[in-house]
Amino acid sequence: MDFLNNLFSDPATYRLLTIVILSIFLGIEVISRVPSVLHTPLMSGANAIHGVVIIGAIIVMGQAPSDDYVALILGFLAVVLGTLNVVGGFVVTDRMLEMFDKKKKGKKA
Amino acid sequence: MTQILLPLSYLIGSVTFIMGLKMLSHPDSARKGNMVAAVGMTIAIIATIFLYTDEAGNKLGNYAWIFGGLIIGSIVGTLAAKKVQMTAMPEMVSLFNGMGGACAMLISIIEFKHHTTGVSELYEEAGASVFSTIPGTLFITIIVGMVIGSVSFAGSIIAWGKLNGKIKDFSFNGQHILNLLLLGVITALTCYIIISRPDNTTMLFYSVLALALVYGIFFVLPIGGADMPVVISLLNSFTGVAAAFGGFLYNNPVMLTGGILVGSAGTILTILMCKAMNRSLKNVLIGSFGGNKAGGGAAGSKEQGTYKEISLNDTATLMAYASKVMIIPGYGLAVAQAQHACHELEKLLNEKDVEVSYGIHPVAGRMPGHMNVLLAEADVSYDKLLEMEDANDQMGSTNVVFILGANDVVNPAAKEDPSSPIYGMPILEVEKAEHVIVNKRSMKPGYAGIENELFFRPKTSMLFGDAKKVLQDLVAELKQM
Repeated sequence: MDFLNNLFSDPATYRLLTIVILSIFLGIEVISRVPSVLHTPLMSGANAIHGVVIIGAIIVMGQAPSDDYVALILGFLAVVLGTLNVVGGFVVTDRMLEMFDKKKKGKKA
Repeated sequence: MTQILLPLSYLIGSVTFIMGLKMLSHPDSARKGNMVAAVGMTIAIIATIFLYTDEAGNKLGNYAWIFGGLIIGSIVGTLAAKKVQMTAMPEMVSLFNGMGGACAMLISIIEFKHHTTGVSELYEEAGASVFSTIPGTLFITIIVGMVIGSVSFAGSIIAWGKLNGKIKDFSFNGQHILNLLLLGVITALTCYIIISRPDNTTMLFYSVLALALVYGIFFVLPIGGADMPVVISLLNSFTGVAAAFGGFLYNNPVMLTGGILVGSAGTILTILMCKAMNRSLKNVLIGSFGGNKAGGGAAGSKEQGTYKEISLNDTATLMAYASKVMIIPGYGLAVAQAQHACHELEKLLNEKDVEVSYGIHPVAGRMPGHMNVLLAEADVSYDKLLEMEDANDQMGSTNVVFILGANDVVNPAAKEDPSSPIYGMPILEVEKAEHVIVNKRSMKPGYAGIENELFFRPKTSMLFGDAKKVLQDLVAELKQM
């Protein structure tokens, strides 16, 4: 009950809840119009976008007390893994889409 | 002035994610869309590092650790993504997805430690449990984020291992019940921790973590290869939701938008893929497809018929004098890296005034659109790739259907045999065409482990061999004609 109360009475939490609801609809709207040729790159691109979790890792890392080695090491690991997700995700997606691009240019030439 | 910069860059980040996803859904703008999202991500990351302050106004510290992590992650990520073979793309996506899940899991663990240690003695003296001081919303966010992140991490690693063949299918009787039981225990424990905050909360928290990891493993382990794309897509949306919980944790709008967008987009993609295979998400979640019982029963009950083989020479002749040839690619094409040879054959046949098209089943290969990406790499033109419905419409006027390493997506059992595990899945109706030539390495059943009666039908001829070698030989034959 405490939780529900908090959800609706605290303006900051309520704002976040609104963003969640709107984003859900936005996500559905954007995706339902994708041709199946682009499903794999899209999945890969979405995969890179959820790498935004890296921001949480950076905050955790930056707030860790400099003598708490467990937190530092776990935080460091989180930053590395998050970066892998972001950078790897975008690069792989770009590689897939590059092939579509290459072909288009080839046609024009 | 500086305090508006951070929210502003987060806003830019959120907008680029939405624009990026939208642009990714059109072939012309897809690559730019990926770039746009990447730029937005970079802005959000840099802004966080230099501008983020906690409630007391303290800036972030430990820059050496942060940049060290960023640099190592960037180098390893770039190298891995650049070096990976086109065929191994699905594994790679699954692996990166697992990294994101692990990241969310670690954040939750650190936050839990942060909120529960250090102050405990103080509270013990006062006779109150330290755990009761954590706000409910925060506690829920930490635990649920941890559970989803762990399931996604463990599941993705298993999916990665299964796709590259390191981990075999594994299931036992009552596995579904065990899975449901695990899920029940995780939910119950989570509720118990949040509501009653017992003194052994720390121990219970780590038990939930362990159970979530085990659940992630058991969740993916019994699922057969044909369902793997669905699972990866689902795990992808899980990680999105885990990232969104991180957004709740830090009141961070860009994490929230990014995470939820991927969560809902991934779910829709998953449902689209389930629809293409005519299976319910529930069915996939419990993990029943490709299990020993389903596959074995259908295969064992049927007598193997006789099949006929066709020679390379005959195949070449048949194709050269056809007016319409349709190629149906499957995972076998990807494994053999035969996409370039396939394009070669297509060009050669075109020179002989043979119309060539490709019939693409939505779940051919190991990922939706897998075949499209593969053929695009070999410069096959977009308009030659027919989606399943168009391909089936044209099947009647096609002379030769050439099946390259595809199996389950052309299995007539999906239409005719109600006892088959794939019954009801829409297939490419190759039997409407005049001739069917199937290239396979052997008579072994496909990835889903189901016998394919198509191979024993009178219209069908088998052309055994590695797809690449067969295609190269065919090209050589055709050149001599």
